[in-house]
Amino acid sequence: MNMAWMVVRRLFHAFVLVLAVLVLNFLLIHLAPGDPADVIAGEMGGATEEMLADIRKTYGLDKPIYVQLGVYLERALQGDLGQSFFYNAPVLDLVAGRAGATILLVVTALLFAIAVGTLLGVLASHKPKGIVSGLVTLVSVVGYSAPIFWTGLMLVILFAWVIPIFPIANMFDITKDTGFFGFILDVLHHLVLPALTLGIVYLAQYARLTRASMLEILGSDYIRTARAKGVAETKVYTHHALRNAILPVVTIAGLQFGSIVSGAVLVETVFSWPGLGTLAFESILARDYPTVLGILFFSSVLVIIANLITDLVYRIVDPRIRTGG
Amino acid sequence: MRKFGIMVATAAMMATAGSSAFVQADEPKSGGTLVVGTTQKARHLNPAVQSGIATAVPGTQIFATPLRFNENWEAQPYLAESWTVSDDGKSITLNLRKNAKFHDGKPVTSEDVAFSLQTVKDNHPFKSMFAPVTSVDTPDAHTAVINFEKPHPAAFLAMSSALLPIIPKHVYGDGQDAKSHPANSAPVGSGPFKFSEFKPGEYIILEKNPDYFIEGRPYLDKIIIKNYKDPTSLALAVDKGEVNMYPFLATTKDIARLKKSDNVIVTDRGYEAVGPVNWLEFNTKNEYLKDKRVRQAIAYALDRDFIVNALHGGQSKAATGPIVPGSPFYAANANKYDLDLDKANALLDEAGFKRGDDDMRFKLTIDYIPNAAELQKGVAEYLKPQLKKVGIDVELRASPDFPTWAKRVSGHEFDMSMDIVFNWGDPVIGVHRTYLCDNIKKGVIWSNTQSYCNEEVDALLAAAGSELDQAKRIELYNKAQEIIVDEAPIAYINMLPYHTAHAKNIGNPPMTIWGTMAPMDEIYLK
Repeated sequence: MNMAWMVVRRLFHAFVLVLAVLVLNFLLIHLAPGDPADVIAGEMGGATEEMLADIRKTYGLDKPIYVQLGVYLERALQGDLGQSFFYNAPVLDLVAGRAGATILLVVTALLFAIAVGTLLGVLASHKPKGIVSGLVTLVSVVGYSAPIFWTGLMLVILFAWVIPIFPIANMFDITKDTGFFGFILDVLHHLVLPALTLGIVYLAQYARLTRASMLEILGSDYIRTARAKGVAETKVYTHHALRNAILPVVTIAGLQFGSIVSGAVLVETVFSWPGLGTLAFESILARDYPTVLGILFFSSVLVIIANLITDLVYRIVDPRIRTGG
Repeated sequence: MRKFGIMVATAAMMATAGSSAFVQADEPKSGGTLVVGTTQKARHLNPAVQSGIATAVPGTQIFATPLRFNENWEAQPYLAESWTVSDDGKSITLNLRKNAKFHDGKPVTSEDVAFSLQTVKDNHPFKSMFAPVTSVDTPDAHTAVINFEKPHPAAFLAMSSALLPIIPKHVYGDGQDAKSHPANSAPVGSGPFKFSEFKPGEYIILEKNPDYFIEGRPYLDKIIIKNYKDPTSLALAVDKGEVNMYPFLATTKDIARLKKSDNVIVTDRGYEAVGPVNWLEFNTKNEYLKDKRVRQAIAYALDRDFIVNALHGGQSKAATGPIVPGSPFYAANANKYDLDLDKANALLDEAGFKRGDDDMRFKLTIDYIPNAAELQKGVAEYLKPQLKKVGIDVELRASPDFPTWAKRVSGHEFDMSMDIVFNWGDPVIGVHRTYLCDNIKKGVIWSNTQSYCNEEVDALLAAAGSELDQAKRIELYNKAQEIIVDEAPIAYINMLPYHTAHAKNIGNPPMTIWGTMAPMDEIYLK
């Protein structure tokens, strides 16, 4: 009952939030100088006054902004995100066509980062001043501070050029006709380098976070009590310390999954990964209002879902929240 | 009747052997897939209503045009097997091939030509291409007569490449708006390749047209145009062989690197018609720049050799006037503004702008197109210290993205701006627009944003635009360019370093004046 009520309340909040996001985004993007007509003229290598006026009329840009906003909201609430100005295709199709690629990339990178990062963090916390800890800290700092496109290009040069075991770019090889399983393998083959690039950045955060959190918890009274009781050291780590230390990791993972679009832009660019990040970036440059708004809508829905899931996971990991509500 | 074409069927064979100078000794082979890599993303694939490279490359494979051009700027038969020009020069008669079919099996007729021309005239951004067309007569299914209000030599280039795709009336003439017609993203043409699949921003797949009107062509089974977001990754992909051809390669470091590669051939042929110029334009309404001597001084103060050789690693070529060096209308005699700082200082002194206490005469801002770092930002940054030498304090104004820059320049809210403008084959299409008095139009990018106006230039350009005699036309353009270059509304800097990098096993690479923006029906894989 309590749980169901929470979900309903959250969903209502989410709806209001999405509406606010839509209005805010709509106003924000219209504040940017220039409009789609300028971009389309730019793509075409020039245009006449009549053509520009014609394009503006076609897309309703000649009307006052509050009228445009009203029309947009009305359609959006009916599930119609409109037509892309740039590609002349339904936004829903464009977003749906790209969302899968981004989710695959980000989820793979996140899972890799959480698993490896947490493990490294735990290892490092064992002897906080030891060599392993030092190495983990060093790798984390380098991985986190190196520009993501640089890391990506270095991995490309190393593993697609010097040792050519992975493809340079794209999500699959369209020149090959390999059947369903061949296709899956091909996608996984293409996924390794971009997921690794993105994963390295995330990994650093998880390793550092786990290490810090573990160190704090390992110094607390109940760990001393556990050790005094004679609990095995491994069990102290896994059952007592890690279980508590992992809470911030869950929080960060939830947040990062929410920011999936922004996080992947650069990686998608380097690897020509056909995802939402590059679509978002290109659409902003093209002042393709409906597509930008569609992607923001989609990503705000993702944030809300990610938060809901985070809350649920919290309840599983931390019994105190389960009872406390 | 003046004859421009040869009315024999063999003309067709000549047409397709257009790039004969580059035909390899070995016999072309049929089969195989050509993978073209590009950083340009197409909005859709119908060049009748969309200009630009991204649509032109696939568009010229899908749609055939009345004419095509060889590497010597000569018109060749394509859908029109021959053509004649009336004695008064006011009409062109196209005799169409009788065996040409659209990809859906319907024949290509004069009705389609008339319909296509009207669609282009109504929707294409380059209004000057067919502005003088009064009507198109269709006396029979295979004859189209284009009537002009005055002689219009630009019509020949405007009937080639991506400029006049013959689109089927039975598909596009259904009453829907041509600009947003659903068939723009799944087009039906009569060219060497048929549309197969289009994923916006990802890839385009084209398949061989088995009923192509030129016997035995094309050689390739398939063309795949793949989008890459990052030029460096694309350069690596072409070197590694994941991509067979990379046209419009323009990053000088990648050009230099690929030239050293054993796997690819790099050429700058094929960009003569598109004629892309990188220049510095002046707002002639500015209180300092309205004086011709100030503009000339700036032109003398910039060192083109340094820009080309040091900034661009020797991969680009200098530009010296409105029309590019590869064009028959290039004015070799116009002033070149070779670096001369003394002269620049003298001109500024003469104009009455003395150096102040800080050694500066006055201050100007410079804008540049974002996302073209080497060509635009790099040159703008170079100009700051360089113009300081002649006492001009330059402030760089960055724009976050293209529309922001376009808004400033098209709104005439700038002092100086770097810009990139294409010639598009005939000067009537891509050159006149920058200089005509009546094309000073606020809000329109790549109009006469310099607000430059000289009635003599207008008259010369108008005369050249309707002069059918090539020698006389060249002379008129020479005169116009001498005046323009002297009055310096623009300081010409260099040509874009466009190159094509392609695998060594490609036979008959695209070498005509339109390069990859022309049918690839002769290309084969060795």
